Amino acid sequence: MQALYAQLLVGLINGSFYALLSLGLAVIFGMLNIINFAHGALYMMGAFTAYFLLHLTGLGYWWALIIAPIVVGIFGMILERTMLQWLAGLDHLYGLLLTFGIALIVQGVFQNYFGSSGLPYAIPDYPEIGGFRGLQGGMNLGFMFLPIYRGWVVIFSLVVCLATWFLIEKTQLGAYLRAATENPTLVRAFGINVPRMITLTYGLGVGLAALAGVLSAPINQVRPLMGADLIIVVFAVVVIGGMGSIMGSIITGFALGVIEGLTKYFYPEASNTVVFVLMVLVLLVKPTGLTGRAA
Amino acid sequence: MSALTDDTLPVTPRAMRDEMIVFAAMAVLLGLVPLTGIYPFFVMQALCFALLACAFNLLIGYGGLLSFGHAMFLGTAGYCSAHALKVWGVTPEVGILVGVAGAAALSVVTGFISIRRQGIYFSMITLALSQLLFFIYLQAPFTHGEDGIQGIPQGHLFGIFNLAKPTVLYYVVLAGFLGGFLLIYRTINSPFGEVLKSIRENEQRAISLGYKTDQYKLLAFILSGTLAGFAGSLKVFVAQNASLTDVHWTMSGEIVLMTLVGGLGTIFGPVVGAFVIIAMQQYLAGFGQWVTVIQGVIFVACVLTFRRGIIGEIAHFFRRSL
Repeated sequence: MQALYAQLLVGLINGSFYALLSLGLAVIFGMLNIINFAHGALYMMGAFTAYFLLHLTGLGYWWALIIAPIVVGIFGMILERTMLQWLAGLDHLYGLLLTFGIALIVQGVFQNYFGSSGLPYAIPDYPEIGGFRGLQGGMNLGFMFLPIYRGWVVIFSLVVCLATWFLIEKTQLGAYLRAATENPTLVRAFGINVPRMITLTYGLGVGLAALAGVLSAPINQVRPLMGADLIIVVFAVVVIGGMGSIMGSIITGFALGVIEGLTKYFYPEASNTVVFVLMVLVLLVKPTGLTGRAA
Repeated sequence: MSALTDDTLPVTPRAMRDEMIVFAAMAVLLGLVPLTGIYPFFVMQALCFALLACAFNLLIGYGGLLSFGHAMFLGTAGYCSAHALKVWGVTPEVGILVGVAGAAALSVVTGFISIRRQGIYFSMITLALSQLLFFIYLQAPFTHGEDGIQGIPQGHLFGIFNLAKPTVLYYVVLAGFLGGFLLIYRTINSPFGEVLKSIRENEQRAISLGYKTDQYKLLAFILSGTLAGFAGSLKVFVAQNASLTDVHWTMSGEIVLMTLVGGLGTIFGPVVGAFVIIAMQQYLAGFGQWVTVIQGVIFVACVLTFRRGIIGEIAHFFRRSL
């Protein structure tokens, strides 16, 4: 049973990354009509930013958690201003091709300087509260041993996902955003700067990816290709969940992570493929995805 | 949804004549290659990729479907042919047939699944399916995992042509390429091809005219996948191995890049694009990962400033369809 719980936890962690990434993809697709192939590369940049912050400036994990999404988000906004915005009105496929090219450039540059092996990034050992040293160590829950960092990743991702949902579904800014997704011209006529909102939306989606990268750094190590395979799984998650609803992306992301974790316990040979197989099954039964509208 | 090609020219007898002249010139030029002393291995490899890109272009350029998983047909046909040739010891023609049949079967299944969604979703689904296949091949015993199937015997095609001789092999590959190219050309200019173009331009209208567009798309997908498989089978004789690189998503990306550089939806564009990209890889082989960066830069540059591609720009300049 210990092993089962451990795999479930791993599943929940992967699920948090799926949720954070597919959430960003959905928000970006809503506003820009672009599937951001560079999402995996930007996730990797988030992890590397954390690594650089630690080794060049001495700023640790907690700073990285704030600074990395902002830095990568600004990088994303520059990409949007200089390149993506010129694709407005063209076929959606060009957005996919352009962002694929950006992903190749970013990953290639990092591979040149850092090779393909992983760089270690330690779990933070501060602040010391009670008997705990930062997020290191673990605690015994009775039925399983819980490494604190892993529990933190799941809970923190869940909070960030729900905060994003709240921002988009329940606030004034989110209302503008949803309105601009439906009809940008009309929203512009009301005096709202839609191009700037599009840029900020891209920055937000990219920032979420970078945040996931920082969270993943102590678990998966920092590697130039850490996002390359992940993004394909996230695409499958997006196909399964559909991009119509924010909450749908969050739930699908976590659920698929858990299913993957269970597969790793019961039938490890299929753990790499289970998400893709589920995608095929969903397409056969309900082609529009679980929460999606017809597209 | 805006169309991929912004200037569609009518199919006129003059356009057909232009295309046949260019085709004849291409065939003659390629036929003369062994006399020039150019390294035949490079041209054979480029020809295989050219056929692959043409097959891919049939879907994107004429059906508006961007497949991001065409490497799965290349790799599947490669593995099937390689296994048949090496383990079963079949003759080359049977080996090719096995590979093509494998790719055709795969394209029926994957086509049925992926055409259930359109546009961007179609691309993501094909990518995910090819990744699924990648993991299957990674674990399946007959592919020998990371090592791949190596040292594949070339044998005698139809018992006459000794494929171990580079010149013989070259003309066999060239014949295969030209045959596949003509088949695609014929398809594009057939009534079937016209319906396909109408689906690309406006699927709803095609449906309202009574066409069962899903069947057309599925058929185009199968044709494209099968021909891509044929390219994969030919490649086995050239490279004498079948490996995981051929199924990886980077390969799918390269196929897209070749077609984009040459010109999406042009007849000769994918051929030119394949030669450009393969030549670039050859010359830049010593630069390691910078090749990936350069490919990325080409992607970005093409999408931002050069969407018609090489042949597309030439055709646009002369107001011809090529």
